[in-house]
Amino acid sequence: MTDTLIVIALLLTATAATAAALTRDPVRQAVVLALLGLSLAVLFTVLQAPDVALSQLGVGSAITPLLILLTVRKVNRRETQPQEGDDDRPDRAE
Amino acid sequence: MSRTTRLRLFLTAAAVLAAAVLAAALIVAAEQLPGFGGARHPYGERAVAAGLARQSANIVSAVNFDQRGFDTLGEESILFGSVLGAGMLLRLARDEHKRRPAAEPVLPTTRLFGATLLPLTLLTGGYLVAHGQLSPGGGFQGGVVLTTALHLAYVAADYRVLKRIRPLAVLDVTDAIAAGSYAALGLIGLAQGAGYLANTLPLGTFNALSSSGLVAVINAAVGVEVGSAVVVLLAHFLDQAVEVTPRRRNR
Repeated sequence: MTDTLIVIALLLTATAATAAALTRDPVRQAVVLALLGLSLAVLFTVLQAPDVALSQLGVGSAITPLLILLTVRKVNRRETQPQEGDDDRPDRAE
Repeated sequence: MSRTTRLRLFLTAAAVLAAAVLAAALIVAAEQLPGFGGARHPYGERAVAAGLARQSANIVSAVNFDQRGFDTLGEESILFGSVLGAGMLLRLARDEHKRRPAAEPVLPTTRLFGATLLPLTLLTGGYLVAHGQLSPGGGFQGGVVLTTALHLAYVAADYRVLKRIRPLAVLDVTDAIAAGSYAALGLIGLAQGAGYLANTLPLGTFNALSSSGLVAVINAAVGVEVGSAVVVLLAHFLDQAVEVTPRRRNR
């Protein structure tokens, strides 16, 4: 029973990790990384390591994807900014 | 054969050789290890015995904060140092300015989700930190959950609400004090002649909140440190993504 669960969790992790490596778009990759974190957390729980599973859940599937998404948002905004009229400061003398 | 081809060939051969040596060393090193999922756990048995002798119910916390307390001090310093470095890199540059974050529309269901989960997640995080010496969890995990709880405000409302419930100046100082207090707590053992980070505090009753001596105290300090460090780290990233825009004077 436990062996079956371990095999399922391992397969899930391998699938999620391969998908994360093959995804090219960083935004989608962040979501796949969150899923990978979740499947790793499941794997650690099945292997009776709930402490590590909790860290993995918090860092791997919440904080890391959030940091990636925020970085992507910053980079995208800088690229599209010249067309965007979102700057309301009077000190732009172009 | 040209020079670059020869160099490339040499580097490939060297890499293959290094990989072979490393693989052989790893195989030799792992040969004596107990098998996967077996009944024999030499290190686990010793760690459990040592943890129980110090009245620690959560052996993982006993290993982290007592038996391997010095290693964890190093890990805490890594987290503190990386947050410090990220803060330095993401500080407001001279050619950037902050704009005020706008109010953003949120779906009512998302708002309900956030408003319901925020207090629940805060409670879970507090529980994980407070019971780190008793049940799975601890300062690190609880600290991250507390941070996640706070940032549900950003999901459910907008950045202005998050800024209002996040006392960033206080957390900056708290992070530094908590990181330093871990190093300072080690001096208790030194003062009593037992050695740096030795667990010399009263051990209490097994499985009570106040049990396990120094483990519970360090666990709380780590919870505060991790919680405030991750909030500060995310605050720098959020500032960059939401508020900071480059000045366009020189374009």
